[in-house]
Formats: sequence, structure tokens, C-alpha cells
Amino acid sequence: MNYIDGFRDPAVARGIRATVDALAGALLARNRSVNIMEVCGSHTMAIARYGIRDILPSNVNLISGPGCPVCVTPTRYIDAAITLAERGVIVVTFGDMILVPGSVSTLAECRARGGTVEVAYSPMRTIELAVANPDCEVVFLAIGFETTTAPVISIVEQAIRLGIKNVSLLTAFKLVPPALTALLSDPEIRIDAFLCPAHVSAIIGADAYKPFAETYKVPCVVAGFEPLDILYGVQGILEQVAQGKAEVVNQYARVVKAQGNLQAQALMTKYLEPVDAAWRGIGVLPKSGLGLRPEYAAYDAEHKYGVTVELGAENPACACGEVLKGKQKPPECSLFGSACTPDHPVGPCMVSTEGTCSAYFKYLR
Amino acid sequence: MTDQFIQLGHGGGGRLSRDLIQREIVSRFGDGALKGLPDGATLPVPAGRFMVFTTDSFVVQPLEFPGGNIGDLAVHGTVNDLAVCGAIPRWLSLALILEEGLPLVTLRHVLDSVKRAADDCGVAVVTGDTKVVERGQCDGMYVNTAGIGERMDGFELGANRVVPGDHILVSGPVGDHGMAVLAAREGIRITHGVTSDTGPVHRLVQAVREFAPAIRFMRDPTRGGLAAVLNEVVEDRAMGILLNESDLPYSKGAKAAAELLGVDLLQVASEGRMILIADPSISEAVLKIWKSIPEGCGAARIGVVTDAKGRVVLETVTGGRRLVDVPRGELLPRIC
Repeated sequence: MNYIDGFRDPAVARGIRATVDALAGALLARNRSVNIMEVCGSHTMAIARYGIRDILPSNVNLISGPGCPVCVTPTRYIDAAITLAERGVIVVTFGDMILVPGSVSTLAECRARGGTVEVAYSPMRTIELAVANPDCEVVFLAIGFETTTAPVISIVEQAIRLGIKNVSLLTAFKLVPPALTALLSDPEIRIDAFLCPAHVSAIIGADAYKPFAETYKVPCVVAGFEPLDILYGVQGILEQVAQGKAEVVNQYARVVKAQGNLQAQALMTKYLEPVDAAWRGIGVLPKSGLGLRPEYAAYDAEHKYGVTVELGAENPACACGEVLKGKQKPPECSLFGSACTPDHPVGPCMVSTEGTCSAYFKYLR
Repeated sequence: MTDQFIQLGHGGGGRLSRDLIQREIVSRFGDGALKGLPDGATLPVPAGRFMVFTTDSFVVQPLEFPGGNIGDLAVHGTVNDLAVCGAIPRWLSLALILEEGLPLVTLRHVLDSVKRAADDCGVAVVTGDTKVVERGQCDGMYVNTAGIGERMDGFELGANRVVPGDHILVSGPVGDHGMAVLAAREGIRITHGVTSDTGPVHRLVQAVREFAPAIRFMRDPTRGGLAAVLNEVVEDRAMGILLNESDLPYSKGAKAAAELLGVDLLQVASEGRMILIADPSISEAVLKIWKSIPEGCGAARIGVVTDAKGRVVLETVTGGRRLVDVPRGELLPRIC
């Protein structure tokens, strides 16, 4: 089967659009609008890339969720990474992290000043660098939702197996379900349904969303990242709303299982434990992150180098928290367009190229 | 030559230098203006003609990649810059900066490719320079080529000539070069493979010269890809561009690599493609001619110029529309 073109067929897209239009039309007749939060940054990117917001009926709103793990990385984490790179530690990172601003600069600027920052496609590059540079310390910037956590934590597993001592992680792992709980607990935000992430769900399993459907009565549809996946996901949500149902439906069954990836979950549990975590622009959410267990402190860069990533507030003027909740429009933020632009972003909604503020800046200004 | 690696002495101006130039450069390019190694080339310029002059430097890593190497790339890059200015490429300079320790066999591969590509493009390498820098001061080798071409009659090109209603054509699948280099750099192997499109476009230009007056703009979409070139055309102007995603030619391999690495092929470099914007009355004829030439067999009409102020918009496969943005800087893969 062709996994690219098969899920981008224009004729099939037209068919799903017609169904979505019909379902939305029936809801509109009952004066009903539907707020769907797409939880994951990759959905946000795909929705923008395929112009999906543009073709949805006016009473169906897609709200961008907490974004991607890169965008919600707090300033102080970037500051700590820069401190390490300036001390001559080889800092290895996924590419899109290097543009995220810390309190004074980005990792890209740090690299230009001579800081040792390496962009890697695979976390295992960290092990290669540690072996090739036995006299240097190598730190991987261990960010990400559940999707990337298992491959990243396997750095530690490999290091232990091979007896490599000059490797550690600066952790800022994030968990999706606690963020959803926080959003649903906020009385000021109205979410009618979740379009649940594809890759995260492959790890945690579709059953992880059951509490949201059962307790909060919010329909949850797990959908892939291809345009037809997303349109079909919207259709699935509208069907539930029309019938007054709130269930977890896994439309991405070609990848996601009810229980998720048990091997990855076991690896995470072995090395990591839940910790409170700071989300850029949102604040500290209890037990919404993962940190290394104390017995693996030798691989924890904060412990090893005495750098601390404090849990603290971000720029108080940044209104990303309000924008995410739909309570403010980007231009109502005092930083928008002046202190905060796509080239010099402050909050996560501007850091992400398709974040709410960034999109507003590019498309609507 | 007994030693198989470049040494600092190869750039010192002494016997080692002379040997290297004789064996590797003169043996390949020593006819014509380079004969006798004068300090500069003396060239016969036709009276009353406009000449086009350009230069480009090449620092690609790895030096050899699927589909080419830094040598043919350096020829095609400069030849293509001349071609899209409406010129027939005539002469090239070739300047090499070599790193101490570069395997001689690599240099020979690269120079063989320069020779083959130059012959194919009908350009002569008429002057050059070779320097050697200490180990660690450059990444194997850097190449600079400058080129001179003779402008063909009838071409009046410029973004300022583009008007709403014009058609936008591309000569083949885009993004193959950038993806081939990125995949080679990261050691990513893909079933269908992705091969650089490095190649010349001068035959494509010469084949449509009869339509010159109706051709408004030509450009080779290198760094920044189609997105950068098309945004440049409409930036700060009272017109825009509408592209149709279903019409965009991509190769299977580039598509797979782009999906895997999370990059947008509209922003990825090609090194053997050209964009042409022309009056709609000639677009079918140009496409027909291009498709009859090997380097244009994948040509397509990809969009039209509109009156949407300053914006490049893509109509996607879902029927929705989105803005095609200029890449900010380096291509950064997304983790999610």
C-alpha cells in the first residue's frame, strides 16, 4: 500500500468533506458549534500544511492545543543548555530546538558564538559522539512527548550496556494526558472534543483517553497525520456530537493499539518517574513531565553538572496561556508584533511556525 | 605521483604545485586559453554583444553524493545562473581550495566530473587557481566557479515584467538535490533512493528562445527552493501566485525522504531545474518542447500569477489553501 499518496487522494477528500459539511449543517440547524482541540503540534502543522481550517464549515472550530514539546520548552531550560554548551560540553539536540529562545539567546546563536551544539536526527548520535570524543562530556537535550521518550531514554540504556560514562540527559520530557486534564479542568475553556495525537497514542494507547470520554464526556478520536486522516477524524467527532456520544474511537488502527506500545512503556517506567513540569506560556502542571529516577542520577545532566532548571514563571506579559484557551486573540497581547515576532518569539504560540500567534502574524496581519 | 594525499606543499608554488597543476589540471583543461598557464585568459568577445558574468562558491558536504559531486555541481551551478539570464554559457574559471590530507583520488573524481560537465555544457575552463589550507581549515575542498556567457537576443527578463495571468512552469521534479545531500549526510537509506538532480538547464533555455519576448522571468530554484524564488517574485508587489499541489512534480524518493526528515519540499534546493514565468499563450508550446528534451521530461505547469497582493498560496490536495512561506534559514527537521 502507498502510505503517502493513498492518504492524500483529492477525490476521497472531496467525499469526506461532503459528509463533514452535511453533519455540520445539521448541527448548525440546531444552533450548535463544535470546538475541536487538536492536541498535537504535528496535527497543527498538517492542518496548516493542507489548508484544512480553510475548508471546514463555519461552526466547526479547530483550536490548537499545547503545541509541540519544543514550543513549550521553558526559557530556563534553554538557558541551562546554553550554559553547558558554553562550558565546552557537546550539546546534542533535535534540529527545531536550536531556534527556541532562552532568556538572552538561542542555541543557534550560542553555536555561532563558538558553543558546541550538534544537531542530530537520531538520539543514538549522542552515543557515537561520546565514543568518538572520550575526553568530552556529551549531553542530549531530552525533550519530547511520549513518542520520543523511549528512543531518547535508550541512550541511557546503551550507555550503561557499553560502559560509557561521558553521556547524560538534560530532561524536559512532557506527558500529554496531564495537560489534557489541566485544560478540561479550566472552567474558562470550552472544548467539545479532542482530536488525539497519532504518534503519542502509538505509545500510550487509545485507552489512555478513556477517562476524558467517561469523566468529562468529551469525544476523543485518535487520528493519523495525513490530510485524509484528519478530515476523517473531524467527521468521526461530528458524528459523535450529533448523536450525543462521548467515546474513544481509534481511527488510526493501522498504527495505534488500545494498550499502546508496552515495550516502550516498560523502558520509560524503568528509567523515569513523573515530575512536575513547566510548560512555556502555560505554567507548571503537576506530574506532567518525566525525570530520571534517582538511581540513574549519573546520567542526569542537572545532577552531573550542577545546573538547575528551575520551575518558574515565564515572561509575565506573554499571553500564550490565554491565547491557547481561546480567551484572547494574538493582537490583544502586549508583546504581539513588537517584542514577540516569528523571528524573535517569546511564547510557544509564536515559537511554533504554525502556532496560533505565528499563523496570525503571517496570514492575517 | 607517489603520495596519495594533498599536502600543504601542493599549494606552495614550488615543484609540488607545478606537478599537481600539470598532472591534474593541464591534462584535463590545458587546451585553448589555459595553454601555457598565463595569469589570465584572453577571450574573443563578439563585437556589440552583451555578456553575462556570474560567480558561485560550492561548499557542499559530503563532496560526493548520489547523482553527483562538488565538481559537476560547481559547473552546473554557474552554467545555470548564466542560462536563466538568457545567456549561452561560454567560459568558466575554476578555483579550488583544498584541505591538507584530501585523498588525491577524490580530487581526481571531482576534476573528471568538472571536465565531463563542462564538455556537456559547451563551456571551456579557461583560468583557475589552486590553494591548499591546513588540515581542519576547510571541509575537504571548496570550489568556486565564475562564468561568462553571451546573452541571446530577445530576452528581457525580470520579476518586474511578471503580470497577473502569467503561467508558472517548472522543468522537472523539485527538491531532489537537497534531499539527496541531506539523506547522504545523515546516512539515511531509502528504498526508492533519492538522487541529486544536478544538471544543466541551458538546453532548456536555448530550446525556447523563439518565445523569448513572451518569457518574463527565469530562475533556477537552488537554496530556499521554489518557495524562496516565488516569494521573491511577488514580494512587495500588487500580485501573488497560486500553486496547485496536485500539479507539483516530486520524485518518489525525495517525497519519502522529506516525509521522514520532516521538511517541506517546496523549500528544498534543486540544482538542475528551472522555473519559467511566461505569457499564458506560450506555456503549452514551451512544455511540449521541454518534454521532448531529456532534462525537461518531467516539466509541468504548476500555477498562475494572481492579483492577491504579495502572497504565494498553495491549493492543497484537500481543496484548502495555505500560504507558502519563505524558509527562515537552514532546513531544520521537526521532531514531531
